[in-house]
Amino acid sequence: MLKEVNSAIRMLILMTVVLGVIYPLGMTGVAQVIFPEQANGSLIYKQGSLVGSKLIGQNFSSEGYFHGRPSAAGDDGYDAASSAGSNLGPTSKKLLSSIAERSEQIRLENGLAENAIVPSDLVTASGSGLDPHITVAAAQIQAQRVAKARNLTEAQTLALIEKNTENPQIGFLGEKRVNVLSLNLALDEVTK
Amino acid sequence: MFNDIFLFVTFIAVLIAMAFPLGNYMAKVFYGENEKLGKLFLPIEKLIYRFAGVNENKEMNWRQYAVALILFNVLGTVLVFIVQLTQQLLPFNPQNFESVGTWYLALNTAISFMTNTNWQAYSGESSLSYFTQMIGLTVQNFLSAATGCAVAVAFIRGLTRKTTNLIGNFWHDLVRCTVRILLPISILLTIVFVQQGVVQNLDAYQTVQTAQGTEQTIAMGPVASQEAIKMLGTNGGGFFNANSAHPFENPTPLTNFVQMLAIFVVPLGLVFMFGIMTENKKQGFAIAGAMIILFVMMLGINYYSELNGNPMIAQMNIGEPTSMEGKEVRFGLGASSLFTTVTTAASCGAVNNMHDSLTPLGGFVPLLQMMLGEIVFGGAGAGFYGMMVYVMITVFIVGLMVGRTPEYLGKKIEAREMKWVMIALLIPSVTILLFSAIASVVDAGLAGLNNDGPHGLSEILYGFTSAAANNGSAFAGLTANTVFYDLMLGIAMLLGRFGVIIPMLAVAGSMAEKKTAPISLGTFETTSITFMVLLVGIILIVGALTFLPALSLGPIVEHVLMLQGITF
Repeated sequence: MLKEVNSAIRMLILMTVVLGVIYPLGMTGVAQVIFPEQANGSLIYKQGSLVGSKLIGQNFSSEGYFHGRPSAAGDDGYDAASSAGSNLGPTSKKLLSSIAERSEQIRLENGLAENAIVPSDLVTASGSGLDPHITVAAAQIQAQRVAKARNLTEAQTLALIEKNTENPQIGFLGEKRVNVLSLNLALDEVTK
Repeated sequence: MFNDIFLFVTFIAVLIAMAFPLGNYMAKVFYGENEKLGKLFLPIEKLIYRFAGVNENKEMNWRQYAVALILFNVLGTVLVFIVQLTQQLLPFNPQNFESVGTWYLALNTAISFMTNTNWQAYSGESSLSYFTQMIGLTVQNFLSAATGCAVAVAFIRGLTRKTTNLIGNFWHDLVRCTVRILLPISILLTIVFVQQGVVQNLDAYQTVQTAQGTEQTIAMGPVASQEAIKMLGTNGGGFFNANSAHPFENPTPLTNFVQMLAIFVVPLGLVFMFGIMTENKKQGFAIAGAMIILFVMMLGINYYSELNGNPMIAQMNIGEPTSMEGKEVRFGLGASSLFTTVTTAASCGAVNNMHDSLTPLGGFVPLLQMMLGEIVFGGAGAGFYGMMVYVMITVFIVGLMVGRTPEYLGKKIEAREMKWVMIALLIPSVTILLFSAIASVVDAGLAGLNNDGPHGLSEILYGFTSAAANNGSAFAGLTANTVFYDLMLGIAMLLGRFGVIIPMLAVAGSMAEKKTAPISLGTFETTSITFMVLLVGIILIVGALTFLPALSLGPIVEHVLMLQGITF
């Protein structure tokens, strides 16, 4: 038995070195050489300062920005060091009342009719709380509001949405979607 | 909707196209010597055996095999436990995280990764150092998967050998699985993931000045290398709290597709390998066929329910799909539904959407799949030997119906094997029901709920089902990091893992000793469509008889209440 224990300990040490040190550190080295940008978080710099990651959503609440989805990450949402969903179930009072509140607010902010359809992604929290995307429809209903706040025409904001729309990969993987941060940064460029 | 169905069909087609050659390769890895790649790997393996002082050619009986396996896994648990509690003293900790806090959380996580459960009572980015992630979690991701595969490989030896009590050498199976299968594929996956945007660095968290002028801290880490084995080994424990919903773990629809393939490819490969080893590929096809039938049924229910969504939300003039709570826009409904079904058909437990927010019948599917023992492709190794439990029950029942001694692959199945099989079936089931029952009456159990009404019961039931089935996904609203849940769930994981592994090794040992009878007219063919249908039927009947009462009080009644507009 003592011999078996001895062997098991040695095997564990060796496996730990190979799989827990050499493998992840080796892959880090390879990744840093061949895909450094992605490996470091697809970060976006503007005039030398770090403004965000292409893959991580941010809080947007002012009139002149397109708004992303509600977020349950951290206390104020979009805390990228504390990813989380709301974990509220389909019969939760809390979930249904927040959806009602959010949709009312969205109709108000964007001057929509009282019974106008609101895209579901704008009133529901994402799984990660960091979803960088909204659907095209969710961007379009905000086009007029943003245009007005920035002294642009609605056609201009709609064109920007179009430009920042990502298509399904290989034709069938994923949904058509708009990256909110990219769109807003493009907006800042235009109205600078 | 058409798009989604196209995705589902493509997924199954690509999966089969990849698993078949992998099964061929695995047969050579575990049972042969003379494959080309073997020459490349053999010297490395020899070094490992020599360093550990084991003789990989000395075969073991089932007891010796089980002892080596348990010893190795217990030591692994101890290592992960210690690393978590001492991470503040160890390197690769740019965020200066303290030790994970409590011994019961550390114990829960250690058991969880050793048993291939990967339940997340921890929250990766806010409590674990990169050292803990690499040395603790990544290593166990490999080893728990290799352990599962080893059991499946030994079980197949038991079925295909005659009149011997030896079922192979545990170290041989463990090392070969790791070196020749898991590690090379993980390296490939890591590179694909990084190219798509999964991070792989050792930096401190980045602080950015957001467009709107506030600060945002972005978690970093060696994620891709862990992500690769997390999926391939059907582990499922996230580097980040939000798991594969997090854009740094699963940034694009393509990574999502690859992750789902990675979950299924080894388990299905093992089934094909089984066909090759029994020298009748149809034996493997029959089991794969039964798995695919069940998978399509489950996916259909989940997708249909998610597509119909929540009528209470639709009433507020919200656009379709109304079930977007907890889902990511880049995946949408189809890829979320597929991921949910895949991750719980296998014992993976990674999530790309929050299962707690699924529609009631959408959540019923992962729950039921885990209750059935994750035998639809299943975990790396665990799926195969789990399915063998049902195969033997099916053969046994059929044998009794026609009044013949039940046989499988020419070997008689007798009382001794059936006793072990029943133990393997009952231990996880009893654990799930008994532990859930306890948690739903004691204060410590009820204190953790995030949702009221029947959904609260579903949260408890899901937790214990996930633990006992070694899945690791959660209705994550449940606050599981308490003494009560950490320990109860930890025990459930151990029972669910070894309560199946030990009996199945015993069956392997006992089958290996038997003679093989020649096929006669009276032999029940286990390659026929009839067998496939019977197998599916038995799985569903056994599952329904055991779990329907509990399921009716959780998701089923919640579905009815949701349709009536009742909230909690």
